[in-house]
Amino acid sequence: MSFLAIEKVSKNYGTVRVLHEISLAAEEGEFLVLVGPSGCGKSTLLNMIAGLESITEGQISIQGRIVNDVHPSKRNIAMVFQSYALYPNMTVAQNITFGLEMHGVPRTERQKAMEDVAKLLQIEALLDRRPRQLSGGQRQRVAMGRALVRNPDVFLFDEPLSNLDAKLRVDMRTEIKKLHQSLGATIVYVTHDQIEAMTLSTRIAVMNDGRIQQLGTPREVYDAPSNLFVATFMGSPSMNLFPAKVVSDADGIFAQAENGLGETVRISMSHVGEALKKYDGTEVTVGVRPEAVTDPEGVETAESGEMRMRDLVGVVEPAGADTFVTCTIGGSECVARFRADADLRANEVAEFAIRPDKVIPFDTASGNRIG
Amino acid sequence: MAATMETAIQTGRVARTLIYLVLLLFALFYLLPFGVMLVNSVKPLSEIREGNMIAFPEVWTIEPWLAAWSYAQIGVEPTGLKPYFWNSIKMVVPAVAISTLLGALNGYVLTKWRFKGDTILFGFMLFACFIPFQIVLIPMARILGLAGIAGSTYGLVLVHVVYGIGFTTLYFKNYYQVFPTELIRAAQIDGAGFFRIFWRILLPSSGPIIVVSVIWQFTNIWNDFLFGASFADQDSQPMTVALNNLVSSSTGVKEYNVHFAGAIMAAMPTLLVYVVAGRYFVRGLMAGSVKG
Repeated sequence: MSFLAIEKVSKNYGTVRVLHEISLAAEEGEFLVLVGPSGCGKSTLLNMIAGLESITEGQISIQGRIVNDVHPSKRNIAMVFQSYALYPNMTVAQNITFGLEMHGVPRTERQKAMEDVAKLLQIEALLDRRPRQLSGGQRQRVAMGRALVRNPDVFLFDEPLSNLDAKLRVDMRTEIKKLHQSLGATIVYVTHDQIEAMTLSTRIAVMNDGRIQQLGTPREVYDAPSNLFVATFMGSPSMNLFPAKVVSDADGIFAQAENGLGETVRISMSHVGEALKKYDGTEVTVGVRPEAVTDPEGVETAESGEMRMRDLVGVVEPAGADTFVTCTIGGSECVARFRADADLRANEVAEFAIRPDKVIPFDTASGNRIG
Repeated sequence: MAATMETAIQTGRVARTLIYLVLLLFALFYLLPFGVMLVNSVKPLSEIREGNMIAFPEVWTIEPWLAAWSYAQIGVEPTGLKPYFWNSIKMVVPAVAISTLLGALNGYVLTKWRFKGDTILFGFMLFACFIPFQIVLIPMARILGLAGIAGSTYGLVLVHVVYGIGFTTLYFKNYYQVFPTELIRAAQIDGAGFFRIFWRILLPSSGPIIVVSVIWQFTNIWNDFLFGASFADQDSQPMTVALNNLVSSSTGVKEYNVHFAGAIMAAMPTLLVYVVAGRYFVRGLMAGSVKG
């Protein structure tokens, strides 16, 4: 049995079902990220693991022990809240040791544990301050210290970085990752930020409408999204989608669409040929990431048999490291990632290189990936 | 340009002087009764009888204060207000403490441990704030009688606690409404129970609203006359009732200077509370009223 096992867990509020038979498992030392738009049920699920929300159906177990009816304080978990939830009337040191005190740990041991954690997080200088005297980043550290000192089985993070400014958020993100690597702790982490999810996790559970849309490693989720929701939610800029007709002939099987110049473009779909066969002659939705549509001189084009396409340039957006260029395929705008010094102007015709093996077909009606 | 500015400042000064003058006038007007009381409380009775109510005393004396405190005739006994002052203290301190504490506990439950029907329950508690005192006199007398605490300080404490809970609950509920629930949850995960969270986290963060509740309750209970007159016996009468007995005794000479001294004594504790904690009062009222 897994370290943390969530089996067919549902949650109802009155007659409204907000979580539908969620099954998830995390192994020891895993960094599992629950990601999804607000209202998808990710925080509710986290609160259910913590014991702050009751479980309507199903069961949750930690280290083989079913914790459905176990009080939050007895589950041996620790939680870092979005608002940090530091006790305003206590000093940093008291904040960190409060949980140990409540669990009857002797004073000298508490002191020792607190000092270790303070050293690890470099907050020794702040121990006598009160939360209102701390900056956002310092509060964040103290909140993590309060969780770490308990030495719990599972750490629960509820959008811990969303109250920080952009720069600090990136720094703390790296720090959380380092902490995970050095401690080998089991972490369940909730966020709505897909970049956070990609960078931190060992596995991601993408959630929407109270259901898990896909569970997998960051790479799997990014490269092979199981449906249109995951495809568009993960990645920034998000995946380009356009309608295309499946056609097959002696040369193979292709997705066919019209570009911005009114010319027909055929993208080889041989990598998913078997699965696509039954869609022959019908329309599917085709998805391709911006980095798979690039300039012919780009670095990645040398690999695999990329195809060339002429198209009308829409908007050119220099973004420092890259230049994003829009073109038109199948009547939809398609963002391409060009190298930084790409010299293109709007409304001129340019050559684009597409990597067909990175093109993913979706069933238009169900939204599920084909193949 | 410079000239215009000069005029603007001068106009400002004139207007400001006028405003301060008017304010000063109002302040004097409001303080006048208190001033008259103070002046007459240190005057021999003979000077008052001559009709010089406003004038400063020709002979200064603290005799009226001593009389009011320790040997003026109250009812049938020449005890002064002293024993009644202590009666009031013995009633006010526990009544304020208990009603404030219960209000805090109610506010905590009503905001952080919500249950079915809590809004209706709170509605009923609010209702208590609007019931005129007179309506409950007879039922309350019956209950005090049944409980065996009629005519005692305990009885008065109970009455004031019951009457105060509506207000204190309202204050604390509004205050705790904006208190982050994540803190309660964090404490639960840390292993603190219902009362521990209350004592260790909520109450220590409630300074401003405790001050509001204490001032409100202290003033109301100290100044209460109706319940004191209705439910207290000779040994538990509060200051307000004693003052009334002092002033309205119908035999002998009306010792106005003693009456004035007694009245100031009766008002002193509430004044003191305002002076000491007044600035927190406004702050606490604001804090509690940001979100309802």
